[in-house]
Amino acid sequence: MNPFSFLHVEYLLQAAVWTVVLSLVAFAFGGVAGFVIALWRVSPNRLLRNIASGYIQVVQGIPLLVILFVAYFGLAIAGFKLTPLVAAGISFAIYCAAFLGEIWRGCIQAVPKTQWEASECLGFNRYEQLTKVILPQAIKIATPPTVGFMVQIVKNTSLASVIGFVDLSRAGQIINNSTFQPFTVFGCVALIYFCLCFPLSALSKHFERKLNVSNR
Amino acid sequence: MSAIVKIKDLHKSFGTNKVLNGVSLDVQKGQMVAIIGKSGSGKSTLLRCLNGLEKVDAGDINVCGHDIHHPDRLNLRELRKQVGIVFQSYNLFPHLTVERNITLALTTIKKMSTEEARKIAHKVLQLVGLENKKEAYPEQLSGGQAQRVAIARSLAMAPELMLFDEVTSALDPELTAEVLKVMEDLARGGMTMVLVTHEMAFARKLADVLVFMHQGQVWEVGPPDELFSNPKTAELQKFVSSDL
Amino acid sequence: MNYTFDFMSVFANWDRLLMGAWLTIQLSALSIALGFVVGTLCAIAGKSRLALVRGLIRAYVEIIRNTPLLVQVFLVFFGLASIGWKLSAETAAVIALTVNVGAYTTEIMRAGINSIHPGQIEAAECLGMSRLHVYWHVVLLPAVERVYPSLTSQFILLMLASSITSQISAEELTATANLVQSETFRSFEVYAVIAVAYLALSFLFRGAFWLISQLAFVRKRKLGTNL
Repeated sequence: MNPFSFLHVEYLLQAAVWTVVLSLVAFAFGGVAGFVIALWRVSPNRLLRNIASGYIQVVQGIPLLVILFVAYFGLAIAGFKLTPLVAAGISFAIYCAAFLGEIWRGCIQAVPKTQWEASECLGFNRYEQLTKVILPQAIKIATPPTVGFMVQIVKNTSLASVIGFVDLSRAGQIINNSTFQPFTVFGCVALIYFCLCFPLSALSKHFERKLNVSNR
Repeated sequence: MSAIVKIKDLHKSFGTNKVLNGVSLDVQKGQMVAIIGKSGSGKSTLLRCLNGLEKVDAGDINVCGHDIHHPDRLNLRELRKQVGIVFQSYNLFPHLTVERNITLALTTIKKMSTEEARKIAHKVLQLVGLENKKEAYPEQLSGGQAQRVAIARSLAMAPELMLFDEVTSALDPELTAEVLKVMEDLARGGMTMVLVTHEMAFARKLADVLVFMHQGQVWEVGPPDELFSNPKTAELQKFVSSDL
Repeated sequence: MNYTFDFMSVFANWDRLLMGAWLTIQLSALSIALGFVVGTLCAIAGKSRLALVRGLIRAYVEIIRNTPLLVQVFLVFFGLASIGWKLSAETAAVIALTVNVGAYTTEIMRAGINSIHPGQIEAAECLGMSRLHVYWHVVLLPAVERVYPSLTSQFILLMLASSITSQISAEELTATANLVQSETFRSFEVYAVIAVAYLALSFLFRGAFWLISQLAFVRKRKLGTNL
């Protein structure tokens, strides 16, 4: 039984880097997919709308852990052996796309209808409406909840530990199994997560306040 | 004659703003006292002191036998069972029906049975002419109807004194009349009433005592006819003439 | 791809999966109920005049919301065991889930309570109602109605998150699936089946919440408007 020491903290911090990497990957891929989903959700094309809506409803009704298991264990048995990192990345991207798509859809719809009407009457086509008028406004509205969701992303990366990926949580489990000091070890892990997440939460609140003031 | 309200040399400030600067006033049982004056003269604050919504800084104030200037000895809940108040924004409970708005206090405070409470609700709704609206929700009522329900809600508690804080100021002119009619009926029925109002004609016709407030003090007090026709001070003169 | 799907071996275990789903329902329902009470009490306490109380509530909410549920579950299960409190996996699961959903509920209820116009409270107090009665009839009940959609979304997220307790071997649906998977090696089929099962549970919970709202919020049922 080893005492918990600075070496362990170092190990945790190194693992935390992977947590950040995984979060960024999830946000990048999930963000791109989520953007497409959001646009499809507000599309005049009924098929696209329904596909996007169905996707969101299904993914939001399944635990992330189950998606991870399907991606890692499920696909492995079927012949697609993915590394934990890739499986986690794909699962998180799928999950984030659904939630970000829903958030961003709300933000697009929060832009007043009059903006659509005004730009249409000026002769813009749908693409120009979106890029020049609607999306710039939607992005402003979307900033607080998007930054808020990044907190969820960081926390969700902890599930990658379940399929063996050595992120911050897995590192904590490994250390706990040799030091048997769960309060100290997981307390430290929680603290590192807190240091990653709290600034994002605070930033989100800051953006929200700014948005409410400017909308007065 | 018993004075329901005895106020002596009342002082109150909000921060550095001296709102009440030595107010003295008595209200006898069965009287209607109308308080008039410009905005900022302290009228609403004075009214809100009468049921403990505002704390007093100095002075004596006794309402229905309660010493309001001694907050630690004051039983606010007992006081409020005896003093009813109606607000400018009626403050009906939006999630409850009209009937439940009225019976809520009766069943929770006076521990009445639902049957008894409903009987009283029916009675007071009849008084204000709205017994057919007892299943409606506040959002379905007009402003005048909502205000009459608010009056009924306070009346249901059988208070000795009713306070009215500019209850018609937020209403369209057509709706004001129905509320004033209810208040007139109340007065004729012998209820002791203190009202802050801008309805000069109403005050002139029905008030026993008119109180003109200016800069936190009782500037002039007396029967309305006298004050309106013979204002002693320049301020009241200006106030009265600006209204005509 | 030379893989033949075999769902039958999964369906052969339907009774165990059903038991697992039942435990998921029980864990979630209990945690939701307890967490709702905890959250509401904390939201009320969050308006205390004592800065210490306000600070503690704030700290509770921020710590829980900025750390992963998995780590919280480990802290409860392994942490308490290390100081002598050996809890069953299910008990630890309920505790961790309750504490977690309590923090989110605190935030949601705080917003709901703050949305009640002060004039309402004044009017109720002026009728002579006690603080307790005012809080219950005029503040809490309308507040819950206002934030009900946010609350129920959060509760359904909690039900889905209960899958995480499989990591401390609480025998809920995901843990049962892991067991079946280790015996039948039909990973894809098993997890696909419980994915559908969770979707069904989501619908079930959504339906239950809808039913509750119809019974509790009479005005909304009759008029169809928002408070």
